Amino acid sequence: MLLGQLNALASPLSQEQVQKLQGLVAELNPIQQAWVSGYLAANANSAALGGVTAAVPSAGEAAALTILYGSQTGNAKGVATKLKEQAESRGLAVKLVSMADYKPTALKKEKFLSVVVSTYGEGEPPEDAETLHEFLATKKAPKLDGVKVAVIGLGDSSYEFFCQTAKDFEQRLNKLGAETVYQRADLDVDYDDEAATWITGALDAFEPDLKAQQSATGGQVVSFGAPAIAASQYTKQNPFAAELSTVQKITGRDSTKDVRHVEISLEGSDITYTPGDSLGVYFLNDEALVDEVLTLTQIDAASKVKIADEELSVRDALIEKLELTQSYPGFVEKYAIATGTPELLKLVEDKAAMREYIEPRQIFDVIRQNPAKLEAQTLVDCLRKLQARLYSIASSQAEVEDEVHLTIGLVEFEAFGSEHLGGCSGYLARRAEEGCKVKVYSEHNDNFRLPANDDTPVIMVGPGTGIAPFRAFLQERDAREAAGKNWLFFGNPHFTQDFLYQVEIQGYLKSGLLSKVDVAFSRDQAEKVYVQDKLRQNSQAVFEWLEAGAHFYICGDANRMAKDVHQALLDIIKENSGKNDEDAEQYLKDLRSANRYQKDVY
Amino acid sequence: MSEQDKNVKLSDNERLKRESNFLRGTIEQDLKDEITGGFTADNFQLIRFHGMYQQDDRDIRGERAKQKLEPLHNVMLRARMPGGIIKPEQWLAIDKFADEKTSYGSIRLTTRQTFQFHGVLKPNIKGMHQMLNSVGIDSIATAGDVNRNVLCTTNPVESELHQEAYDWAAKISEHLLPKTKAYAEIWLNGEKAETTEEPILGSNYLPRKFKTTVTIPPNNEVDVHANDLNFVAIAEDGKLVGFNVLVGGGLAMTHGDTATYPRKADDFGFIALADTLKIAEHVVSVQRDWGNRSNRKNAKTKYTLDRVGTDVFKAEVEQRAGVKFAPSRPYEFTHRGDRIGWVEGIDGKHHLTLFIQSGRILDYPDKPLKTGCRKIAEVHQGDMRMTANQNLIIAGVPADQKAVIEEIARNHGLIDDKDTEQRKNSMACVALPTCPLAMAEAERYLPSLIEKTEALLAKHGIPDDSIIMRVVGCPNGCGRAMLAEAGLVGKGPGKYNVYLGGNLEGTRIPKLYLENVGEDVYLDAFDKLIGQWASERNDGECFGDFVIRKGIVAEVKVSVTDFHA
Repeated sequence: MLLGQLNALASPLSQEQVQKLQGLVAELNPIQQAWVSGYLAANANSAALGGVTAAVPSAGEAAALTILYGSQTGNAKGVATKLKEQAESRGLAVKLVSMADYKPTALKKEKFLSVVVSTYGEGEPPEDAETLHEFLATKKAPKLDGVKVAVIGLGDSSYEFFCQTAKDFEQRLNKLGAETVYQRADLDVDYDDEAATWITGALDAFEPDLKAQQSATGGQVVSFGAPAIAASQYTKQNPFAAELSTVQKITGRDSTKDVRHVEISLEGSDITYTPGDSLGVYFLNDEALVDEVLTLTQIDAASKVKIADEELSVRDALIEKLELTQSYPGFVEKYAIATGTPELLKLVEDKAAMREYIEPRQIFDVIRQNPAKLEAQTLVDCLRKLQARLYSIASSQAEVEDEVHLTIGLVEFEAFGSEHLGGCSGYLARRAEEGCKVKVYSEHNDNFRLPANDDTPVIMVGPGTGIAPFRAFLQERDAREAAGKNWLFFGNPHFTQDFLYQVEIQGYLKSGLLSKVDVAFSRDQAEKVYVQDKLRQNSQAVFEWLEAGAHFYICGDANRMAKDVHQALLDIIKENSGKNDEDAEQYLKDLRSANRYQKDVY
Repeated sequence: MSEQDKNVKLSDNERLKRESNFLRGTIEQDLKDEITGGFTADNFQLIRFHGMYQQDDRDIRGERAKQKLEPLHNVMLRARMPGGIIKPEQWLAIDKFADEKTSYGSIRLTTRQTFQFHGVLKPNIKGMHQMLNSVGIDSIATAGDVNRNVLCTTNPVESELHQEAYDWAAKISEHLLPKTKAYAEIWLNGEKAETTEEPILGSNYLPRKFKTTVTIPPNNEVDVHANDLNFVAIAEDGKLVGFNVLVGGGLAMTHGDTATYPRKADDFGFIALADTLKIAEHVVSVQRDWGNRSNRKNAKTKYTLDRVGTDVFKAEVEQRAGVKFAPSRPYEFTHRGDRIGWVEGIDGKHHLTLFIQSGRILDYPDKPLKTGCRKIAEVHQGDMRMTANQNLIIAGVPADQKAVIEEIARNHGLIDDKDTEQRKNSMACVALPTCPLAMAEAERYLPSLIEKTEALLAKHGIPDDSIIMRVVGCPNGCGRAMLAEAGLVGKGPGKYNVYLGGNLEGTRIPKLYLENVGEDVYLDAFDKLIGQWASERNDGECFGDFVIRKGIVAEVKVSVTDFHA
């Protein structure tokens, strides 16, 4: 409906409300209008339910399928949402709840439960899932006899503890007495088809009992947690071909790192994003590598192959559609069988040896070191679909409007006598030319957000490319003229070479936007200094900021940095408050529950 | 006359000196600032008084701006080494530091008869001063509006006379040094001590830089006419008896500003040794009080003399010092170059002068000069002397050590028999990439200019002759192009003003011959002029004298009237 046609008669609004709305809308640009439409939709949903987080059903309430999701990047939430939609379309009562918002004690009231959870790092649960994951293993966990569950995990099979969190959940729920009604699926990075199959299967399994109980209690369909932002038509499945406007190296000429500042134009799309979000970026594989793979496998580049329902040349498929860099056991296994290579077949039997084998290799290394004649379609069937890489967005639309900026570290290493590059970072840094099109979509991440209150202070810990979302935060707070203080911790090897966005940070210090900046350049002195050391050096001030309500953010390396920073925080809390270990942990848990301790780690 | 016009606004440097709490400023805060490698606001200027300049690698300034990185800030340090004498153990310490803690890994000998480190990052600055202090070196007042490093003719042959002259250079340096303890407090973690006055320099220090020499004729290697104050040694029977005092030399000028010009020093007359420090103090004090503090381009002693009159200035010095200048004693300058190679002193010790192109001591792929100097320092029993021509003398070698030292020197390219007279008589300032003032290349361009000049000399049949040729990146004077027979002064990338007509002794200012021209133009001119000189010169006539006699350029007799005429 066009605003001009909007009147009290044709809408549920009063004439006065119509005027107010027209007045407001006149001030909004299209991006803002899109946001407001999403906001209002979400608001209406939560108003009807008395708040999005009030997810605990009262006793005697209608039987429903509760979908609990634990998501780090939003993928698990996406699958959970699809599950909810499918259930609704079957007329099933369903509740979709983030594990972060779920009271563990509510478990004992559940009858039908589905868990959708991702795994990251070394088999760890996402932030959202940590509390529930831990709770289920304690004695406080309730008996769940008679509860029906179906678990689906998301992960990346190139990591050792693939889908470990999902396995944990299923095992713990079973131990408490819950019955698995449909076999768990462990989704790899290319999961869309498998997810759809599993959703159908799981709902088929739940449906008879659920419908029976529903009709007995006269339940109805309810839904929770509508997205806060109007969804773009451009998605992971349907990315937008955006213009790559700038790729600028932002480490010095003597740096050991090659970090690029990338600017992409979203002009012509309806993609919007909020600081804290990520951008999914598709890329093209290196043509030289593709040609080498074709030679090694004695495949004619023009041979036609089929991927899903699409027919195209094998060369195009390898360049545009299939993963050739990030290795994982599934490929080695398929390739071993397809080629009958004994050494590789041995690895299939031995998980540890397989891990060791994969670690230093990209997919093309496996082919290069084990060349064999293959049919084009056989090779294609060995490979999984090329996955977009997700990067934390380094800009705010309040400042850059229809651009999106990224901070990308080029993955490069020497192995087996040749240079190896990361799939996407290699494409952007070395092969893509400014002005070309790259396919992108935005991935919302509500787990990494600036405080709603502009007066709230924030502490940002972002060493290396972890600086990216904080550049977005700073741009956003600058544009909003937010009064809250901002404190940035940054680190990298060398001051002269690796101080990412140094000139901008100096400008923000000068303007007062940044109240404090502490830097740790690990290799500029004999003893290595890291961000956690800088936090400890500022122990008292950090604690005072936290006590004053500061939000604390970490972005960057999950395996070491985030853990070291977490430990430093615990020490700081203990040192300044006299708390013991347990209470300090509780202090951080409370911060997390209040959304004041957020991580974007990888 | 001594009163400045009260309505004239003082230059901003006067404010910052006054507010600096005797050169302390907020340097210590800047050292703790980890967000920038540079110094902020006033401190950028104040560190000069402590012997450092903030610089950056200009070759990559644009590249770093795109990388969202600040310029690669670093400092250049200029040590205070009166008379250029450095002991082998000191040499070993600075050699190590240059290797480990400077971006360029070099020791740069300069026309101020000292060494410079280039490319020291902020976190290494304090350590650098502490290292220097541990071997008895400092960098107090080697830059800024103070009396800078005092030069002294290196003359190793007349060892006794040199020793006396050198002692005076050291004494004058100490006497005119700032009295503030800021240097020790900031860099050496010295105790905090309040400074309440600067008895000689004044609480606002001098209006502009001030340069002093002690000179032993007939060698004018220090270029007296490039200096504000010169003590020309007068000896009787090999014993120093007093000095002729020359005041008001200086070579700096500003492109396009005819109120600025290079100027020779005026002879004030003879003084006895006992009056040396008094005279030094009061030449400084008159310049301190009478120098222009509103226009820094007009603030040096040479302009004060031309403004008030040499006689008036001299009379004031006499009155303040309570000393009358006697008529000058006769002396003569005959040359300025260093005698490269071995000489034997009257004390029987041997001295080896090493030619160091542009003073840059670095391990080049085919010439490991720096390693060579280090190896010499490891075995050498005498001292080492840095000359105002940017060369290095291994002084006081006993006869039985000669062969060892010569072998090291030859093995490391420190003695190269292929070096021509032209190469040895050419000089350049540092310029790009580190000097912030440079408008054109100098040191990096010099080798190719020398080769081209050598080819021209050869072409005209005089390959063993030479022209004192100096290339500088800006008109500020460091490379003393304004006392060369042929001086190139940077105007823009690849463009120079060409001045001709200095003489061998360094007693004549050259005059503009070509303005803002590129290499093709001035090489073409040199080709014709060298050809003319080779065929039409008088017996022994140097190039500078020739171009004057032929009227190719007019002679500059009195700078203020002749230089821009």
